[in-house]
Amino acid sequence: MDMKVAKKLGLKERYALMTRDLAWDTTYQKMEDVFPQTTYEGIKIHDWDKWEDPFRLTMDAYWKYQSEKERKLYAILDGFNQNNGHLSVTDARYINVLKLFLGSTPPLELMAARGFSMMGRQMNGAGPRVACQMQAVDEYRHFQTQIHSISNYNKYYNGMDEFAHQQSRMWYLSDGKSFFDDAITAGPFEFMVAIGFAFEYVLTNILFVPFISGAAYNGDMAAMTVGFSAQSDEARHMTLGLECIKFMLEQDPDNLPIVQRWIDKWTWRGTRKLASVGMMMDYMLPKRIMSFKEAWEMYVEENGGALFKDLARYGITIPKCFSQTIEEKEHVSHQSWIGFYMKPQATPFHTWIPTPDEMDWLSEKYPNTFDQYYRPVLEFFDAQEKAGNRFDNKTAPMNCQVCVSTMKFNEPGDPMEMCFRESIYQGEKFHTCSDHCKEIFDNEPEKYSQTFISSHQVLQGNCEPDGVDVNAPDFKPGQDMLGYWKLDKRALGDFNGSEDQKNFAAWREQATKN
Amino acid sequence: MTMLKTLAPYEFKSRDAVENYQGRQLLYVNWERHRMFSRPFVLAMKPETPFSAVLEEMAACFSYHPDWQHIDWDKAIWQNGNTPFSPDRNKSLKDNGIGHKDLIRFRTPGLDGIAGTGY
Repeated sequence: MDMKVAKKLGLKERYALMTRDLAWDTTYQKMEDVFPQTTYEGIKIHDWDKWEDPFRLTMDAYWKYQSEKERKLYAILDGFNQNNGHLSVTDARYINVLKLFLGSTPPLELMAARGFSMMGRQMNGAGPRVACQMQAVDEYRHFQTQIHSISNYNKYYNGMDEFAHQQSRMWYLSDGKSFFDDAITAGPFEFMVAIGFAFEYVLTNILFVPFISGAAYNGDMAAMTVGFSAQSDEARHMTLGLECIKFMLEQDPDNLPIVQRWIDKWTWRGTRKLASVGMMMDYMLPKRIMSFKEAWEMYVEENGGALFKDLARYGITIPKCFSQTIEEKEHVSHQSWIGFYMKPQATPFHTWIPTPDEMDWLSEKYPNTFDQYYRPVLEFFDAQEKAGNRFDNKTAPMNCQVCVSTMKFNEPGDPMEMCFRESIYQGEKFHTCSDHCKEIFDNEPEKYSQTFISSHQVLQGNCEPDGVDVNAPDFKPGQDMLGYWKLDKRALGDFNGSEDQKNFAAWREQATKN
Repeated sequence: MTMLKTLAPYEFKSRDAVENYQGRQLLYVNWERHRMFSRPFVLAMKPETPFSAVLEEMAACFSYHPDWQHIDWDKAIWQNGNTPFSPDRNKSLKDNGIGHKDLIRFRTPGLDGIAGTGY
């Protein structure tokens, strides 16, 4: 007797059964009441079935791939930790890259997980819903693995333990927080352009190259492996972002101006967010991979430029800010480092002046700007520090109302002048750092008049540690910022003379000598 | 015209409205072409505060710069935003025409920062 064996399903059938076939149109409630978010932004979708799933991945296959990646990752992390891998990094200054990364990136991965979970509910089509749910799980995984890889350093070095508390409070973390808060409070299509396209597609390499390659160059196997483990996910995310752009543009010609405005807006917001990544590359990695300027040329000007050429057939033009970002690539990393160097009492990581060799590297990489604008002041700071008069600007910053960066950028065309822009909304002045941020403000002033600017909140009396009586007659706001931020005093100040510097030197000595 | 799209009415007060500052107002101060200080600083002061109090805050911050001691105060150029003005140190912020969230831009001709770099 012949056995009747059920035919194994093909990939395509399996995919159809496990994604689109699981969806249905509601009948007790109107579809538009169940999915109100996909229409109010003005994007017109006529046929959700036209959504081309960019990667035919079903949940069962997804779990299998991801668990394999996790096993490999954690095996390497364990090995790195058990062999005191932290002592094999180039120089203790490198660990400050991890401190900056820990505060600024994993919390944003978590926000991305929240955002994509929302998209997974809000999109009408089953194809994008499934893809968004998978991306939400990916983002959650990145959030966790980044923290796990850095947690071993937290046993030995200062300033890492309160990153979650600091995320919504520290002045310099406001730009990233504001970026995601802005995206997640927009509608689902704008969120997809902001995170899925502008951030994941156009700018993500600028974030990951210094982190992953920088980790590899500087002997940090743990962070490098986390990066590689995330990279195959990123490829999927980029595809999803691009597919969403194409889908919107193919569905209705009225979508073009809306999508173009969002691309302009989010490419600029992403550029501002990455200014501190520039300083990681140029100033914080003891062994540098490439300059921020070179990375910008390769990943944004060349790759990004090619992408926009590809989108030209839909009528998309290069973002308005593109030429300004090209001018700024010569400046932002230096301007950022000066901004952080002068606040030794207000960050949980150390800063320092580059060595003479490192300054020469900067001169070589930035022949148009470093010697002319930045070397003299860095040498002045160095001399002052050696004379016991290290720079400490105790004042509170002025911030841009949109990107929430401190107002530290120069007027386009004139590196000696500061750039200030101003709008009036309902009788109140609002300051922005650039024409592009001003345009974003002017388009939606109701939204950006709500921006949380930490220095303003301090002056309103909203940033006090527990137990401070804000109604006391002699109350003065902002007297205990270290307490409010939960900043570990050992993590403050210049790298020279820090506990991290001493411990690293002593432990390495122990590891290599009797 | 606003381009904001929302699912429900969206009306909120500005987070930095002057009434949130207990009788004080915000003031930003920048020393132009002295970018060593990276960005302007912000103060919260009562409108009756004399302008001399702003000068004290400026000295506390900016005197780290070697140019500070060379300033010829008669030649200093002041702007409130983009508008030139001549502050009177003995008059109040209010009487100097300084309002909430104004940006004072202070220029010292001939002094262009460390080695003339603007820093």
